[in-house]
Amino acid sequence: MLAYVSRRLLVSVVVLLLATILVFLLVANSGDPLALLKTNPHISPLVVAAREHLLHLNDPLYQRYWIWFSHAIRGDLGTSITGQNVASEATSHLFVTMRMVILATVIAIFLAVFVGMYAAVHQDRFSDHAATLANFLFLAAPTFVIGLLLKEFVAIPVNQHLGHTLFYTNGEQSPTLSGPFLSRLPDYAAHTVLPTLTLVLVSYSSWAIYQRSSMLETLDNDYVRMARAKGLSPRRVLIRHVLRNALIPVVTVVALDFAAVLGGALVTEIVFGWQGLGQWFFTGVTDLDVNIVLAFLLITATFVILFNLLADILYAFLDPRIRYA
Amino acid sequence: MTSPSLEFEDLEVDFPTKDGIVRAVRGVSCSLESGQVLGIVGESGSGKSVTALAAMGLLPRNAIVRGSVRFKGRELLGLKEKEYSDVRGTGIGMIFQDPMTSLNPVYSIGWQIAEAVRAHQSVSKEEALLEAVRLLKTVGIPNPEDRVTDYPHEFSGGMRQRVVIAIAMANNPDVILADEPTTALDVTVQAQVLASLKLALTETHAALLLITHDLGVIAGLADRVLVMYAGRSVEMGSVDDIFYRPAMPYTHGLLGSLPRLDSDGSERLRPIPGSPPANAGEHQGCPFAPRCPRRAAICEEQEPELTLVPGPEGAEPHRAACHFAEEVSQAEPGKLFAISSGDPEAGPVR
Amino acid sequence: MPDDTSLSEAETTGSQEVGQHSLPMPPPGGHLSPLDEHGMTGDAKSQARIVLGRFFHQRLAVIGVCTFATLGVSALLVGIFWTYSYTDITNNLNTPPSWSDPFGTNSIGSDMFSLVMHGTIKDIQIALLVAAMATLVGSTIGAVAGFYRGWVDSLLMRLVDLILVVPILAVLIVLAHIVAKQANNWFFLAIIIGALSWTYVARLVRADFLSLRERDFVEASRALGASNTRLIVRHMLPNAIGPILVNATITVAQSIVLESTLSFLGLGIQAPDVSLGLLVSQGQDSATTEWWLFVFPVVFLVILILSIFLMGDGLREAFDPKKVKTRA
Repeated sequence: MLAYVSRRLLVSVVVLLLATILVFLLVANSGDPLALLKTNPHISPLVVAAREHLLHLNDPLYQRYWIWFSHAIRGDLGTSITGQNVASEATSHLFVTMRMVILATVIAIFLAVFVGMYAAVHQDRFSDHAATLANFLFLAAPTFVIGLLLKEFVAIPVNQHLGHTLFYTNGEQSPTLSGPFLSRLPDYAAHTVLPTLTLVLVSYSSWAIYQRSSMLETLDNDYVRMARAKGLSPRRVLIRHVLRNALIPVVTVVALDFAAVLGGALVTEIVFGWQGLGQWFFTGVTDLDVNIVLAFLLITATFVILFNLLADILYAFLDPRIRYA
Repeated sequence: MTSPSLEFEDLEVDFPTKDGIVRAVRGVSCSLESGQVLGIVGESGSGKSVTALAAMGLLPRNAIVRGSVRFKGRELLGLKEKEYSDVRGTGIGMIFQDPMTSLNPVYSIGWQIAEAVRAHQSVSKEEALLEAVRLLKTVGIPNPEDRVTDYPHEFSGGMRQRVVIAIAMANNPDVILADEPTTALDVTVQAQVLASLKLALTETHAALLLITHDLGVIAGLADRVLVMYAGRSVEMGSVDDIFYRPAMPYTHGLLGSLPRLDSDGSERLRPIPGSPPANAGEHQGCPFAPRCPRRAAICEEQEPELTLVPGPEGAEPHRAACHFAEEVSQAEPGKLFAISSGDPEAGPVR
Repeated sequence: MPDDTSLSEAETTGSQEVGQHSLPMPPPGGHLSPLDEHGMTGDAKSQARIVLGRFFHQRLAVIGVCTFATLGVSALLVGIFWTYSYTDITNNLNTPPSWSDPFGTNSIGSDMFSLVMHGTIKDIQIALLVAAMATLVGSTIGAVAGFYRGWVDSLLMRLVDLILVVPILAVLIVLAHIVAKQANNWFFLAIIIGALSWTYVARLVRADFLSLRERDFVEASRALGASNTRLIVRHMLPNAIGPILVNATITVAQSIVLESTLSFLGLGIQAPDVSLGLLVSQGQDSATTEWWLFVFPVVFLVILILSIFLMGDGLREAFDPKKVKTRA
């Protein structure tokens, strides 16, 4: 197992390195990040030249990449074109994003397992058809559509009806927020509900569809009939025999889908104005800020690699037949 | 008079499909006295497995079941899933055909036996595991103390089937249903598994409903035999009746296609020509008529009922569903069919 | 060294569901397409009939096909015969839906009906191009990797890993930002989405090929001296056609999701060209006031994607019918 994990990690690191090189070349070649600064008559050419020097913009590409790489492996992700420390910026944005992503993923997993199980148990009845149609509807609706609908047709009418703001639709917290942690919680919650719900709805649907078909496939197995023949309670058969086995492929699917969840979080952050990693990355791309883009790439890719690994480990853990030598 | 352990009365099972209703079982009546072994034989699709599953309440949800199945006088049809759990396992244990798929791959052998034990007995997990070890020993698993923590994929097919037997006997059931328990196994292993099954019967004193298409297995274990064809019971009687005085041409056919050790080797097998009807409920007449060497005009028009076949004084009743049962029972067993040239599609010789 | 069989099993089971909104598929090898059952003896025409028959037996799939066809055809007809073109500018600013403008007009007086219909056409156009490219590239790469195995396989699969290591949307944003300024950029958009969408079908076909190449009919053709190209194209690809078609359909839906997201973010289709995502983006601020600017594009976008997903699911079901539980 250990040998397998380390081999996988090694391959992943090489892949990740290649990815940074490609993205670096893409972004660094696509224009001058200081173009806007240079057209500004109030900023002296000296300042621009100093910024250019700081960002190594005049060095050849391979040298710039090497500078970035040699710093990055020591945890220094450079400075942004506005002069901020990228590593510390990234950390604070990461916490904002993770608040939403972790909460949404956990809720989406439970929702998907429940909906999928419920639909499978009631196969071909009305509730199954209704659940399946809802799953497909949320599968079909792009993230930004769900986010906008919640924003425009849930938050605004509810807030108007109540006469005060129950759901905030802009930002991850009120800008003036201060005080001890507990007193800030209601404000966090009011900002977090709708974005998290958006991410839950876009994420759960494909997992629920998968969970349903996995349950149906498992229900067909002889060992389920055997479990019933043992005289176990229907509940025990469903949970310990059907669900336990049906979860094996679903768990790996969820872990492997993490990249897609991060993509969904990116759009959600933009719709709800969250200062998270996705929003930060998006600004980085439009500003041609290569250090920000690379930092986002490093962080998300690390998570994706870790979750892929987690998927393998969970798979072996859940199914005693799988052994990685 | 005590009621039989398990009693089927006019059992009918239909499956609605896109192409219409498939009548899998069409009126089967039989009873299993306690301690007895009843064999059910027939080709695949004859409805024998469906009969057993109907007793366990394990048919697919869309199955339409009519008639009556009684366990010690208690009606089983129509029981709710919850109510069934005090019949399954404790009253009736079941052994399935394919041991490779009937154990849950993610739990250890011991866990699965202990689960069955704890489903009906209030014992601790440790006690249940000890019981699992004991059961494994009973069915002949070597080193049961070590093997109890192994997973199904670490067991061979024959050993898995013995584990399934151990689970079926775990709660001392009054009846064990064995659905083709040896069909999926190597010939060499079949005897061992049958031996385990016999041990299980001795220990639990359970009655056995043994479903198989292997007449050899029936000969070795059964007291009475029910022959099924196209969803109906076509012959029922003691082992002697079935093997020495078969009164239904189909039973003759089954015997004729069985290699015999006591023959002089010059004899050829006599396979039954043709194949069973796809859906017997659809046409009138005896469903076996198209394949039958004794076919007459009446066979095409009227489906025969099970009727008593005259036999030796004091013998148990022997019934067969054939218009010419008495005549057929006089023929030499297995010799009713002509020796065909080996072409399975060849029609009967007229 | 890792045990190769267990490793590849983990990889193939894992490989399935990567990507945006992946639709559940049975594990490769677990499914039997109708062609499989009969190996090479199957009559392709009658197989197609069986699959089509099963497809049209599903209510949701039929609804999906009808909706998609109606949308596509009517959008085309509207483009030709409707009073207004999507480029027309009138003096009726921000008028609510009426007989002359069934979907109302926007702030520069353009007819929303023709805008939405033109956006639908654009979305379908891009998505079909993406799906065609992704399927062609993905099947080829997957077939080569699965057929030749060894270092070719490793190399190609690391290429897949390279694409999947970052959220597809993030890479698309980087690329789209570069091509956004191009004139008539729908073509470039299709190319970049296609360049990132082939991985799923590649892994699918590879997994299929890994099991197919062990099958008797492939061994037999090989023994008869069939060339590798002939083996791949004539013998193995036809047997993988089910998953490929299902996946192509799902790719159409997914690329509409991606394209509309990019357009929403301002990196996709640029005005004066129109796509549904762009219309949603333009209408979002007036969602509660001039609701018709927002609601119509949203509804058409969701229905368009939904109809394609339903078709994909119907196809999957038709190629891989669940065992009918009749006789036990």
